[in-house]
Amino acid sequence: MDPATIVFYMLSALILGAGILAVTTRKIFRAAIYLLFSLTGIAGLYFWMQYEFIAAVQIIVYVGGIVVLIIFSIFLTHTGGMDMPAALKSRKLFAALAVLSGFLLTVTQITRHSFNISGKVAVESNVRAIGLGMLGTGEGGFALPFEVVSILLLSAMIGCIVIAIKNPSRS
Amino acid sequence: MIDPDLILILLFLPLLSFVINGLFGRKLPGSIAGMLGSVSILISFLLSMSVAYTYFFQVGNISGVYESLVPFQMTWLRFSENFSINIGLLADPISMMMIVVVTFISLMVHIFSLGYMKGEERYETYYSFLSLFTFSMLGLVLASNIFQTYIFWELVGVSSFLLIGYYYQKPSAVAASKKAFIVTRFADLGFLIGILVLSYYSETFEFVTLTERLVPGDSEYSQAASSAGFLGISALTWGLVMIFIGGAGKSAMFPLHIWLPDAMEGPTPVSALIHAATMVVAGVYLVARLFPVFSLACPVALDVVAWTGIGSALFAALIACTQTDIKRVLAYSTMSQIGYMMFALGVSGYGGEQGLGYMAAMFHLFTHAMFKALLFLGAGVIIHYVHSNDLKDMGGLRKVLPITSITFLIGCLAIAGIPPFSGFFSKEEILLASSHSNFGIYIVALITAGLTAFYMFRLYFSIFWSKKIEVNSGHRHEGSFSMLAPLLILAVFAAISGFIPFGSFVTSDGTVLETHFHLEFSILPVSLSVAGIFLAWLLYKNTSSVPGRIADKAGTVYKVIYKKFYIDEVYEFITKKIIFQLIARPAAWFDKTIVDGMVNTAAAATQVFSLSISGFQSGKLQHYAFYFIGGAIGLALLFIYYLS
Amino acid sequence: MSPIGLNHMLILSTALFFIGVYGFLTRRNLVTLLMSIELILNSVNINFLAFNKYLYPEKLDGLFFSLFIIAIAAAEAAVAIAIIINLYRSHQSIDVEDADSLRY
Repeated sequence: MDPATIVFYMLSALILGAGILAVTTRKIFRAAIYLLFSLTGIAGLYFWMQYEFIAAVQIIVYVGGIVVLIIFSIFLTHTGGMDMPAALKSRKLFAALAVLSGFLLTVTQITRHSFNISGKVAVESNVRAIGLGMLGTGEGGFALPFEVVSILLLSAMIGCIVIAIKNPSRS
Repeated sequence: MIDPDLILILLFLPLLSFVINGLFGRKLPGSIAGMLGSVSILISFLLSMSVAYTYFFQVGNISGVYESLVPFQMTWLRFSENFSINIGLLADPISMMMIVVVTFISLMVHIFSLGYMKGEERYETYYSFLSLFTFSMLGLVLASNIFQTYIFWELVGVSSFLLIGYYYQKPSAVAASKKAFIVTRFADLGFLIGILVLSYYSETFEFVTLTERLVPGDSEYSQAASSAGFLGISALTWGLVMIFIGGAGKSAMFPLHIWLPDAMEGPTPVSALIHAATMVVAGVYLVARLFPVFSLACPVALDVVAWTGIGSALFAALIACTQTDIKRVLAYSTMSQIGYMMFALGVSGYGGEQGLGYMAAMFHLFTHAMFKALLFLGAGVIIHYVHSNDLKDMGGLRKVLPITSITFLIGCLAIAGIPPFSGFFSKEEILLASSHSNFGIYIVALITAGLTAFYMFRLYFSIFWSKKIEVNSGHRHEGSFSMLAPLLILAVFAAISGFIPFGSFVTSDGTVLETHFHLEFSILPVSLSVAGIFLAWLLYKNTSSVPGRIADKAGTVYKVIYKKFYIDEVYEFITKKIIFQLIARPAAWFDKTIVDGMVNTAAAATQVFSLSISGFQSGKLQHYAFYFIGGAIGLALLFIYYLS
Repeated sequence: MSPIGLNHMLILSTALFFIGVYGFLTRRNLVTLLMSIELILNSVNINFLAFNKYLYPEKLDGLFFSLFIIAIAAAEAAVAIAIIINLYRSHQSIDVEDADSLRY
C-alpha cells in the first residue's frame, strides 16, 4: 500500500461521499456546500493525476464561480430558509433501480474490456505547453475551438442578461 | 318490329311527370300539376294503344301463335358469363293487354281527380304519386325478367303506401298504409325466396328462358329442380308456391288480405286505380306470367292457387254481405273477384281448349278493371256528395245523382254477371272452365256468384233507393264534368267490352281459342244472380227492419261474419303475444346489450387505455429523464447482449 | 506509478456519474437539480483526463477537451440560473413538480 494509493482512495471517498450527500440532503445550503467539497475533491484528484493546471482551473471556475453562483441563486429564489420537500418513495425507488442497473452495466463493460495501456512517455503538461497548444494554429492546435468557446461564452452572457432582466415596463 | 322507343317513352313519361310534379309542383299555378299528369298519361295511353295494335295485328302473330317478343334488353349486372340480371321489355299478349288497361284506368282516374281533388292542399303531391304508381305498374307488366318484376313490385308497394297514407294527418290512414306495406312486404319475402329457388335451378332470371328450361319434363334443369326436395316437397314446388305467396300478398288472398279493407283510407280515386283495377291484380299477372311452369311442370302449385282463389272468393263474398261502409263492401268485392281470377287460373290447363281458364281469368281481369273502377269512381261521387262513407247516411240518392245512379247500376249489373254486360261473358267462361275440371270448385263459384249479385245490389238499393230525401238543388251538386266524364266512358266499356273476342288475343299458349255461347250452361248462373238481385230488392228497396231481424236471428254467425271472421284479431294476437314477446324482445335485448355492448366496450376500453397512456406525458422533467435513462440502459443491454 | 489503473478511475467516474443521475431524477428543487448536472459534467471530465493519462500520455487532447467542458459548463450553469430566476418570478416557486404545464 503505497501512499499514492491511499491518497487516491481518500480522495475518492471524499468525492463520492460528498456527492451522495449533495444529492440526498434536504437542506439546500448544505447541498451546495457538499457540492463544493465534492468539486474540491475532484480538484485534488486532478492534482494527484499531475494535471495541475486543470486542477487550478477547476477550483477557480467551478468552486469559486459556479458554486457561488448557485448560492446566489438560492438567495434570489428565497428558498434558503426551510427544508426542501422530499421526493416520493416510489420515485426514489425507481430512480435507484435505474441508476443501479446502469452502474452495473457500465462497470461490467469496463472490466470486460481490455484497455491497452500505453507505455509512452508523458508529455509535459505545464502551462507553457498548454498555452502553445491552446492558441496554436498548426497540427494539434486548438485555436478554433478556443474562439468558438469564447463566442459561446459571450452569447451565454447576453442570454443570461436577457432572460433574467426585469421588465422595466412593470411599474 | 315493335319500336322499343315507343315502349320506353310510354314507360318513362309517367316517371317524368312524377319528377316534375314532385319537385316543382308547388310552384305550378292552379291545377297545372293535374293537367300535366293527365296529359302525360294520355300520351302513354295512346302510345300503349299503338304498341298493342302493332303487336296484336301486325307483328305478334307468328304463324298463328302470339310469340313473346323482347324488343329491348340491356345487361345490368353481370355475375358470370352466362348469368346476369338484365333490364328488358317483354311484349306478349298479357303484357300488351295490361299496358292498355293500366294506362286507360290511370287516365280515367287522373281525369276524375281533376275534379275530385280540386282544392286539396297537396294537390301536386297526389298527382306525382299517381304518376309514380303508373310508372311502377307499367314497369312491372313490361318486365322481361323476374328480378325486374320484383324491383317494380316493390316500387308499386311503395307507391301504394304513399297513396294510402296521403291524408297523413289521420292516424287511421297512417296505420293503414303501414299495414299494407308491411303485409305485402312480408309476402314479398316469399316472392324473393321463390325467385332465388327458380333462378338457381334454371340459371336465369329471364322469363322466356326460364319457361324454356323448366317446362319440359326431361330438361336437365327441371329434373334437378324436381328431384331436389325439402320436407318431401320438390324444390320446384317450393319455388312456385313461394312466388304465389308473394302474389297472394299483393292480390289480397286469404290470409294475407287484411290490408285491403284498411287501404280504403286513401282517397277514393286511388282505391279505384290501385286497389281495384291494377295493383291488386299483380298477383294474378304473376301467376299468368309463369303459367307454363305452373301448369306443365308443377300442377300441385296450381292446385294451391285454385283453392286459395276460391276460398278467398267465398270468404270475401260472405263478409261483403254484412259491411256498412261503401268502400269496404267494394274492397271485399274486389277480393272476391280476384279470387275468381286466381281460381280460374288454378283450374286451367295449358293449350287449346284446356287453356280456357287462363283466357277466362285474363278476360275477367280486363272487364273487372272496367266495372270495378267505374264502381269506385261512382262511390267517390257519392262520398263527395254525402261527405260520409257509411250506408246509413245514404239513401234515395237517385234523384240527386242521376248520372251516377245509372252508371253505378251498369257496374252492378256487370259484376253480377247479367247479360249482355261484360261481366257476364267473363264470368261465364270462368264457370265453364271450372265445371270442366273441378266440380267442387264450380259449385262454390256458383254460390259466390249469387252472393256477389246479392251484396252488390244490396249496396245499390241502399244508396239510391231506400230512403226518400228532398231534392234541394243548387246547394250541392253531383260533381263537375271531369268527375262525370270518366264514369260515362267506363260505363260504356263495362257494357260492351264483353263482346271483344278475347280468345283471339290472349290465351295460354298463344294460339287462338274460339269461345262459344252455351245457352243451357248459362241459365243456371244467370238465374242465381237474378235471384240474388231479387232478394236484395225485397230487403233493401224500401227501408225496413227485415234485414235487421234476419241479422239478429242469425246471431253468432252474423256476428262472426260482420267481424270479418276475427282474422285481424288473430293477427294481432300472433304479433303481440308471440312475435313481440318471444322473438322481438330477445332480439332487441341482444342487440342493445351484446352487440351495442361490444362496440361500447371496445370504445370504453380504448378510452381507458388511452387515458392510462396519456399519463406518460406528465409535463414533468424528471419523468422524461427517467424514461430517457431507462430507455438508454435498455437499448444498451439489447445491443450488447442480444444483437452482437 | 501506483497500482491504481485506468479501471479504478473509470469506476470512480461512473459512480459519480450515476450519483448525479440519481440526484437528477430525485430532486424536487431546480437548483439542486442543477447541482446534480454539475456532478455529471465533472464525472465526464474525470473520464477524459483518465483516458488522456493512461492511453494517450504523449498528447494533451483530453486536457484541452476538459478545459472546454469546464468553460461550457460554466456558461450553461449561468443560463440555467437565469431561467430559474425567471421561472421563480412567474410561478413563485422553483419546485419541479409545479412546472408541468406542458402536459397532455
